[in-house]
Amino acid sequence: MSSSSVIEKPLPPDLEAINLSKHFGTLVALDKVSLHLKPGSFHALLGENGAGKSTLVKCVMGFYQPTSGDVCVGKQSRGIKNPAAAHQLGIGMVYQHFTSVPAMTVAENLVLSRFEGSPLINWQQEREQLGAFMDTAPFHLPLERPVGELAAGEKQKLEILKQLYLKSRILILDEPTSVLTPDEADEVLGLLREEVTKGKLSVLMISHKFREVTAFADEVTVLRKGKLAGQGLVKELTIADMGAMMLGEAREVKSVAKTTLENPAPVLELRELGADKDNGLPALERINLTVNKGEIVGIAGVSGNGQKELVEVLCGQRSPTTGQVCVNGQPYQPTRKEMTKHQVYVLPEEPLQNACVPHMSVAENLALRTFDRPPQSKRGFLFLNVIRQMARALIETFSIRTPSAQTPVGNLSGGNVQRTVLARELSSETIQLLIVSNPCFGLDFSAVEYIHSQILAARNRGVAILLVSEDLDELLILADRLLVMSEGKLVYESAIADADIATIGHRMAGH
Amino acid sequence: MAEALGWLGVPLGIIAGTLRGSAPFLFVSLGECLTEKSGKINLGLEGTLLMGAMSAYGISYLTGSPWLGVLSAGVAGLLFGFIHGFLSQQPRVNDVAVGIAMIIFGSGLAFFLGKPFIQPSAPQLPTLDLGAWSQSPPVQAALQISPLFLIGVAIAPVMQWFFRSTRWGLLIRAVGDSPDAARAMGVSIYKVRLLSIMAGSFLSGIGGASLSLYYPGSWSERISSGQGLMAVALVIFAKWRPMQCLYASLLFGGAQAIGPALQSVGIDSYYYLFNASPYILTLLIMIITCSPKRTLTGVPGALGRTNESRL
Repeated sequence: MSSSSVIEKPLPPDLEAINLSKHFGTLVALDKVSLHLKPGSFHALLGENGAGKSTLVKCVMGFYQPTSGDVCVGKQSRGIKNPAAAHQLGIGMVYQHFTSVPAMTVAENLVLSRFEGSPLINWQQEREQLGAFMDTAPFHLPLERPVGELAAGEKQKLEILKQLYLKSRILILDEPTSVLTPDEADEVLGLLREEVTKGKLSVLMISHKFREVTAFADEVTVLRKGKLAGQGLVKELTIADMGAMMLGEAREVKSVAKTTLENPAPVLELRELGADKDNGLPALERINLTVNKGEIVGIAGVSGNGQKELVEVLCGQRSPTTGQVCVNGQPYQPTRKEMTKHQVYVLPEEPLQNACVPHMSVAENLALRTFDRPPQSKRGFLFLNVIRQMARALIETFSIRTPSAQTPVGNLSGGNVQRTVLARELSSETIQLLIVSNPCFGLDFSAVEYIHSQILAARNRGVAILLVSEDLDELLILADRLLVMSEGKLVYESAIADADIATIGHRMAGH
Repeated sequence: MAEALGWLGVPLGIIAGTLRGSAPFLFVSLGECLTEKSGKINLGLEGTLLMGAMSAYGISYLTGSPWLGVLSAGVAGLLFGFIHGFLSQQPRVNDVAVGIAMIIFGSGLAFFLGKPFIQPSAPQLPTLDLGAWSQSPPVQAALQISPLFLIGVAIAPVMQWFFRSTRWGLLIRAVGDSPDAARAMGVSIYKVRLLSIMAGSFLSGIGGASLSLYYPGSWSERISSGQGLMAVALVIFAKWRPMQCLYASLLFGGAQAIGPALQSVGIDSYYYLFNASPYILTLLIMIITCSPKRTLTGVPGALGRTNESRL
């Protein structure tokens, strides 16, 4: 592998998808799309959610059989039947979600990922081989650490390492940076870019971050609604060009200006708040924090540094071990009664899991905060027509795309589930405090923009907002004040105007 | 038996009881450990234990060969495991519910088929007399050890090694901890779980054979007295580690022997209370180990989750 080796490894094979179509019943997920991944190049696949990017790569990987069209590897048509066959051809995929087993160590995960191998594992020999592999790999990970203890960035590196360990020459990455900090994303993609430049790898990366595409990719293919919307060399395209290809028409960026409130009063105060993780280790250590009326306080940090536990304490999903939460100057217990009294609302992460009952209808989910109060209920009886009527009004106002108010909320797309929760949590006229956690995780552009505008509008109405997010860009757009959380402590605070990205990055990394 | 020894008879009685009585706990808990590592719970092992006890006794009586009885107990376990493995992996089927049904089915079937075997006495498994060095008859009696117990003791470290150093072991852990990851490796979750459940059930069946062919060495409907269910609790206590299953089984076997050992030195008061000690121990363990605020360490990540549609 070193430059001194006499025999240079040949370039990775050429990969071409020709007129690929995939129909699911009457739905055309992919319509005659062609894509050419040249040997030793970095190709980006851009598109909004549902544009067909995943379908395309899953056809290449053999998860799906294309309805029509061909996948050629090394200029030869191959009917790739399953992922194992794709692997035989040197194609490996890194999934959006992690596919490593959390309870096992890095070494165990790597050994297990091999498609073939003897039934007995000689750990001594494996460890030597893994050590030798790690020496040549672009990133290094501790072999004996359980994967569950790795940070998100390290897990993503492990996914990529796994493919390199399997000697894949063509890597397909499905939004590999969605859970990484900008620094981690740059590091991972930068190292992959080097491997590509050396001619060791070809990379096909699904993304919807323009920044990553322009910084790392050679070529780009843009999909829209299952069709090819554009292709070209990245250096010949501007971000505006790619955006136009992706969305079909120029987008109007609706920005809500921030208004400043006179004499802000504190709404949420945390005093010396502490809490434990599920395993009993401390997650939060003496957090002190104030959120004022009409202010968005952003908490940045790499996931797993206590943000989740903080939100859970504030939502009543976890009990604090020390300290106190005060709302409007009074001690606050997150019970239904006090939430109503103080008008506290929550937009948790993974809303389907944390804020919805998936099998109940959209209307019922919209009524979860209010069903036990007039006008939706009187003397213990529910008035379903009132519930439905209010639901229809909310569906209209917040443009929730659902077949009907009776549809189970679990059947809606991620963006519309988030809209449903947003509608429920923001519909109160008297809302005073909103706690938001990763509101836009996995959502596409238009949904993100809508949710951002709603959060800002609430702020301008005088709501105090605590926004916990792993997306630094989102925090920089929305927050008035930014704090960084690392290992359960708040380690940085700054007004957004004075925020220094480099310092924030360092603090997030725990330096 | 311990009259000659006086108060020394109590610890000896407990040791003897431990060596005699822990084999069913050991086999069932190792079986459940294997099953749960693959991400499924099999409460039905209580039923499997009874089926194993009944078939071992029946076959031993009919053929005259206790070892054939042991084998048939294992086969009965395999069949029960197959039923549980198949049913509990249907979409939207809950494995705990299937397990409870399997307890009722297993015990019902065992009672029904076992009726003719309550009276006759079947050939028992030979024992290894490790107490021949001693002059004392109680010591000799205490050290009459069942080969099944020794096999069980040997299986524990083998299973520990299996989970660490074989591909299959790693695969079972992957399936139990993160089915998505296993699926991405192209592994059939269904097959791995079915085989794990069947193998676990096989072991429980053998545990049943130890009941009817060694200690207490007869077949009756009350023979298991809930040991199968206690063994399931024991796996939690053992944090899903086979070696810990061994120690926990010895502890439970010992607890079971407290009542009889005390009775043998003439303490009859609280006899039933002492006999209840394994149950009390189970409750205590549950209270100590389970907290709503903490997840258990070592629990397979996907344990007991509802099935998604089968791929």
